[in-house]
Amino acid sequence: MSVQVFKIPNSLKKDAKYTFCPGCDHGVAVRLVAEVLEEMGLTENAILAASIGCSVTLYDFLNVDALEAPHGRALAEATGIKRARPDKFVFTYQGDGDFASIGLAESMHAALRGEKLSAICINNTTYGMTGGQLGPTTIMGQITTTSPTGRNKEYYGYPIKIAEHIALCDGTAYSARVSLDSVANIKKAKQAIKKAFEVQVKGLGFGFVEILSTCPTNWRMTPEQAHERVKNEMMPVFKPGVYKDITVNNQ
Amino acid sequence: MVECLTGKKILIKGNYAIANAAVLAGCQCYFGYPITPQSEIGEFMSGKMQELGRSYVSAESELAAINMTIGACATGAKAMSSSSSCAIALMQEALSYAASDELPVVLVSVMRGGPGLGNIYSSQGDYFQTTKGGGNGDYKLIALAPSTVQECVDLTYKAFYLAHKYKNPTVLLADGLLGQMMAPVEFKPYPYPEIDNSEWALTGAKGRNSRIIRSYAPLADEQCVFLEKLFNKYKQIEENETEWEEIGTEDADIVLVSFGSTFRNIKTAAKICRQKGLKVGVFRPITLYPFPHKRLNELADRVKKIISVEVNMGQMINDIKLSVDGKVPVELIHKPVGAPPAPEDIAAQVEELA
Repeated sequence: MSVQVFKIPNSLKKDAKYTFCPGCDHGVAVRLVAEVLEEMGLTENAILAASIGCSVTLYDFLNVDALEAPHGRALAEATGIKRARPDKFVFTYQGDGDFASIGLAESMHAALRGEKLSAICINNTTYGMTGGQLGPTTIMGQITTTSPTGRNKEYYGYPIKIAEHIALCDGTAYSARVSLDSVANIKKAKQAIKKAFEVQVKGLGFGFVEILSTCPTNWRMTPEQAHERVKNEMMPVFKPGVYKDITVNNQ
Repeated sequence: MVECLTGKKILIKGNYAIANAAVLAGCQCYFGYPITPQSEIGEFMSGKMQELGRSYVSAESELAAINMTIGACATGAKAMSSSSSCAIALMQEALSYAASDELPVVLVSVMRGGPGLGNIYSSQGDYFQTTKGGGNGDYKLIALAPSTVQECVDLTYKAFYLAHKYKNPTVLLADGLLGQMMAPVEFKPYPYPEIDNSEWALTGAKGRNSRIIRSYAPLADEQCVFLEKLFNKYKQIEENETEWEEIGTEDADIVLVSFGSTFRNIKTAAKICRQKGLKVGVFRPITLYPFPHKRLNELADRVKKIISVEVNMGQMINDIKLSVDGKVPVELIHKPVGAPPAPEDIAAQVEELA
């Protein structure tokens, strides 16, 4: 007797050619989103508001209807979709620059309004698609193409702790930060995505997951070194954890 | 607040008339941010949409408002936003996306003084902003310019119809004067057929392949093919939808051209001129895009002069010059901002230019 232990979710396009760099965690994150969509039976009812950056190509991989938003406006467009079709499952998948720099107003206000939406934000501490510039999550001391001597507070100010900020919004039902640096953490990440999707399905409010990710190309690292950096440099600054979950207690 | 009545004549402010017409046109979602002189549209919508179980969102900015409108339109819903001059400027990126995404966005633009913050007086200074595209790339917005409060209603209906018929963002270009004035208006039922959007709307990929509404065209060839297709659509719009009004042009030596609320004053000015023995006719583009180039070119074969009368520093005059292609001189009578020039003043200037 054979038992199936592995299958490609139907929510992933079978003919998709992945365009992410080797060692980039986008591939893992997309896979997790696809698995959760399928396991929760949401694929056929889902509409994605895509973002700008490396995350834009998500619609090339997922078997869901998608609208490509201008840079930073994914949660505004998602709001429009959800308000027009409250019966649909509406989600975004954005980079940290899209979500927390150019789109910070749209992101915060979607959370403040308690829009029944789910948002995934990939935090890789840089603008990946444009070649590794300083972004809103670039950590102190980090060298990028626009912080050649490293981020310092005098010149660049400080990075944003996204999951903590979103947790502060009253309309947020769930906010968590996860990492993809180990198998154990990938499993936790999947649970967090599931939770962020569930709070929308249950109509409880805004669901959010920040995913710490690698960008080996722009970090000038091997995939292995990049995952070490997530563990050693990013996780101490951006601490993984659940920052808000209204289904657990009345925070 | 007024009721969404049809078939009865009521005295109503332009902004409320536009909002009420949008509700009667079946607008399901309104997204907006306050700005004078159009805030009454959002105020009306906030109550009425809730009452009807439709959607109203007080957006955090005009950027958000227009992008929310895009989101709603992507599901095939009738959705709109409204704003004014400097805030319409904030929406230009999204309008370029909406044109490229081919989405039926309806935007009401109630012009005020500019550039910059300008002031809250009426103006026609956003003719270029509306018809020439403030966003990036090659695209067109259908633009309808009402000249009376009644026409604010009729053209709001038409804006929803054309936006959905051509899957193209459509602007109702009014001005502060029309927005703030009260006039007797009749709300007839929405007169246009509903457009089937089942072939393209995002509704979830149940029982079909997933759909992507996108403007990203990574390959040069892809973008070329898309733009050719888009401009074939624009050609159809130009052939089918160009609309204008003309009075007394049959025997005219001089034709005055105005759009929007200024048209009322050139009509009176032309009468004054006729009393003084000048053969003056009037012409009004109702659609600013598509612009009635062809008709103005025909008129230029038999009139001696065309005068554009505008409340700005001279914007539509450029399109008139393109239309007549040098056949006759084209002059400008204008006021930089505020209510349109008085008919007597216009007539006096016409006499000087005749």
